[in-house]
Amino acid sequence: MASLIDLANPTRFMRLSSALLPWLAGVSALLLVVGFYLAWFVAPPDYQQGETIRIMFVHVPAAWLAMMFYAMMAVSALGTLVWRHPLADVAQKAAAPIGACFALVCLVTGALWGKPMWGTYWVWDARLTSVLILFLVYLGIIALWRVLDDPSRAGRAVAILTLIGFVNVPIIKFSVDWWNTLHQPASVFRMGGSTIDGSMLWPLLILALGFTLFALTLHMLAMRAEIMRRRVRTLTILEAERLDRLSAQGAPA
Amino acid sequence: MTALATSLGPHAGFILAAYAAVAVVLTGLTLSIIRDHRAQKRALAALEQRGAGRRRQGGEAA
Repeated sequence: MASLIDLANPTRFMRLSSALLPWLAGVSALLLVVGFYLAWFVAPPDYQQGETIRIMFVHVPAAWLAMMFYAMMAVSALGTLVWRHPLADVAQKAAAPIGACFALVCLVTGALWGKPMWGTYWVWDARLTSVLILFLVYLGIIALWRVLDDPSRAGRAVAILTLIGFVNVPIIKFSVDWWNTLHQPASVFRMGGSTIDGSMLWPLLILALGFTLFALTLHMLAMRAEIMRRRVRTLTILEAERLDRLSAQGAPA
Repeated sequence: MTALATSLGPHAGFILAAYAAVAVVLTGLTLSIIRDHRAQKRALAALEQRGAGRRRQGGEAA
């Protein structure tokens, strides 16, 4: 663990991320272009849902990423509380708005898919409600970061809230199996293989990978911004202390 | 645009609205992160230019 902490110190992260960012952004852009081309011009309309199946290509990756980013935040929370990893709460803080945006995309596209297929934008069933709770937990975490000024105190408080909120992630995943819901059960990652035809599955998987790399690109950029924000904070405090000392000594600042 | 909407069938409005929502949310997120990154970079550069945090004579800490 000591070597992992050594490897991931902020200075090394800034250097590595600077080299990685253009590649990550380029590959994600390429995958998204190819994925959207396949989704719009190659994948056929669904025999039951018709053209509305096109919404699946953005709805499903958004749902996966909303959960994936929360899982990443839970791992970071452990890093903050157990190992006091120097980048853990930076990673956690940077991930929250990204996860929240994908949860929002999932809810909005789901509602717009639900209306023509189910006849309603919203029902209070287990899957939809648990995703709404995930979105609200994300907002709570973002709010908590803003309320507490000291980053290390805020990091610990947010880590505890994140771990409590993690209970919701398996509920989202298994809600369609545990309860009778309007939402369909898992159709991509399930025992016995995917139930989606290859002509739709491949565009979906390529887009999911493209969105994942895109989200990781944003996460890396947001982490860099957060590291710099903390340096700015520390330097501002040091500068203010120096000016205070100088003025106390009667010397010009 | 009209041809696209026609080819998407009777639910074209829902499909296009879903993609518009994705574009708006993700573009907003991307721009806000880029803007924040630039702002912090500028602030850090300004502080470093002023010599904040630099070790001074007499052992003042960085």
